[in-house]
Amino acid sequence: MPREYLVATFAEPGALVEAVRNVRAHGFKIYDVYTPCPVHGLEEAMGLERSRLPWVTVVAGVFGMLTAIALQFYCAVFDWDLNVGGKPDNSSLAFVPITFELTVLFAGVITAKAFLARSGLLPGVRAKLAGPRVTDDRFAIAMRWRATVFDTGEARRVLNESGAIEIRQAVMDL
Amino acid sequence: MTAPLQHVQTAHRLPGSRRRWIDEPLALSEITDDVARPLNTWPGRGWFAAFAVAFTALSIGVACVSYEVATGIGTWGLNRTVGWAFDITNFVFWIGIGHAGTLISAILLLFRQRWRTSINRSAEAMTIFAVMCAAMFPLIHMGRPWLAYFVIPYPNQRGPLWVNFRSPLLWDVFAINTYLTISLVFWYVGMIPDFATLRDRATNGIKKAIYGVLCFGWNGSYRTWARYEILSLVLAGLATPLVLSVHSIVSMDFAVSILPGWHTTIFPPYFVAGAVYSGFGMVLTLLILTRSLMHLERYITVRHLEAMAKVTLLTGSIVGFAYATELFTAWLNGNIYEKAMFYNRVTGPYWWAFWTMVSCNALAPQVLWVKRIRTSVPALFVLSILVNIGMWLERFVIIVTSLHRSYLPSSWVMYRPTIIEVGTLIGSFGLFFTCFLLFIRLLPMIAIWEVKADMEGNAHAQGVVRHA
Repeated sequence: MPREYLVATFAEPGALVEAVRNVRAHGFKIYDVYTPCPVHGLEEAMGLERSRLPWVTVVAGVFGMLTAIALQFYCAVFDWDLNVGGKPDNSSLAFVPITFELTVLFAGVITAKAFLARSGLLPGVRAKLAGPRVTDDRFAIAMRWRATVFDTGEARRVLNESGAIEIRQAVMDL
Repeated sequence: MTAPLQHVQTAHRLPGSRRRWIDEPLALSEITDDVARPLNTWPGRGWFAAFAVAFTALSIGVACVSYEVATGIGTWGLNRTVGWAFDITNFVFWIGIGHAGTLISAILLLFRQRWRTSINRSAEAMTIFAVMCAAMFPLIHMGRPWLAYFVIPYPNQRGPLWVNFRSPLLWDVFAINTYLTISLVFWYVGMIPDFATLRDRATNGIKKAIYGVLCFGWNGSYRTWARYEILSLVLAGLATPLVLSVHSIVSMDFAVSILPGWHTTIFPPYFVAGAVYSGFGMVLTLLILTRSLMHLERYITVRHLEAMAKVTLLTGSIVGFAYATELFTAWLNGNIYEKAMFYNRVTGPYWWAFWTMVSCNALAPQVLWVKRIRTSVPALFVLSILVNIGMWLERFVIIVTSLHRSYLPSSWVMYRPTIIEVGTLIGSFGLFFTCFLLFIRLLPMIAIWEVKADMEGNAHAQGVVRHA
């Protein structure tokens, strides 16, 4: 949905992190920051919480493990107990490698899918760019502009002081 | 963007700076330009020449495999005693090659080894192509590859007759499929931000559309980046045990049997070390060629090559130690069959394969103790070829010398590959190099965002005060 944003562009990651700190210290809320690469210290400056993605991995891994054990046990013990060299039907030790592999497979694929779903990344999604060079060598801060709660002059001053090379206010779909 | 460049240059001279892997400080847009250049220009003569050779080799392979599938496994030199030979040698060889890619992309990420950033993308690509080549061999060895789906456990109309979960060969099916899938996911996820970068700089409408689809709508949002870094760590954490497990499971194909020469407990670690060793040999061969072919010497520096040479030295020495251990236990354990097998391996009709293997794998890498050799590109190139030859022969020695003279002297035979088997091996090299040559022309072969992050991290660690 297109809304009005104040977007400040930076050429330097150091200045960007400074600006994020200053803007937040002045009580402004940051909608999002756009960068071409991970920037050291930006998560802390933005106050982002640690992603819960590893929990997805744990659950998916346990699911994969149980699936593997159930599949092997069902096939080799219940459904068709084939005698191979007189070995026991429930050869639990022999089931370990496949159980391990399926645990890793489920955990990896499901975590990647969860990441894509949570971030809204799918084939065919059109990128909503904050500026033309944010995937190359520019860093941008976007703030939601609201007439009632937003002192534009103050925001511009803080951003300028932090070293923004361009500040614009525009209706965008971010 | 010249201003930050100057800052970084001043920073470069500060005392106590972190070690640099890329010599010159580069502006961010310069990195994008350099990596994207091969994707936007017409390939040079060198690339076409290499592609012609690779494609010819691939065609030879296609012809040989077609003939073999149409006629039968009898076109190979296999017999009742030596039931596995060239094809399984190739299978183990190619699977091993892949391991260096995962080691570079996953294990070195967890150990925060920054030299991996320039080489991880091409090493991961190498992994995927190597696993593809490897997977081909068990398939064609089935003789009737159109029934290959029988290895998948699914409710079927043959009973339902399930696969045998106690068989190491089935463990292999799961190990290799998991390995291929996770490697593909890791590789693709790593490329998403780079696709977005390429999309935004593409001028050609078709290219823009293709990269637009491939990048899944990436826009550089930092909320996504923060999550993305966690995902990278999770995938690296999952791929790390895979590096160790895949070749361990491959080694169990042999170790679980009762054949002298195969039935030993040191096989899993011995195979993993060998896999990493052969993989680094192949990475060295590929990167020494591509860095000059694609003019990427600034990104893949001699220091990168030296770091890889050190891993090669370490794993090569482990492999040499494993050879000695095998011989020692054969002598110590008093089993006459085991002793006879190793005596035959060292002095029997395939002695040349054994001694070439020992020279290439255990002795040749010892020259890497000398720094001048570790930093000499031609020397490393020659050595990397020796590593490849040695590691291929290692699998040949393990498989053929163990099989051709086992318990029953009445079954003793010699094995000799036919022209079809040699052609199939050539074809697998053709497939590998064709894929790799297309990769370096169609996809970003250096992780743009990782190199950028590394440049920034460098400047940050040196405490540069930055201004716009």
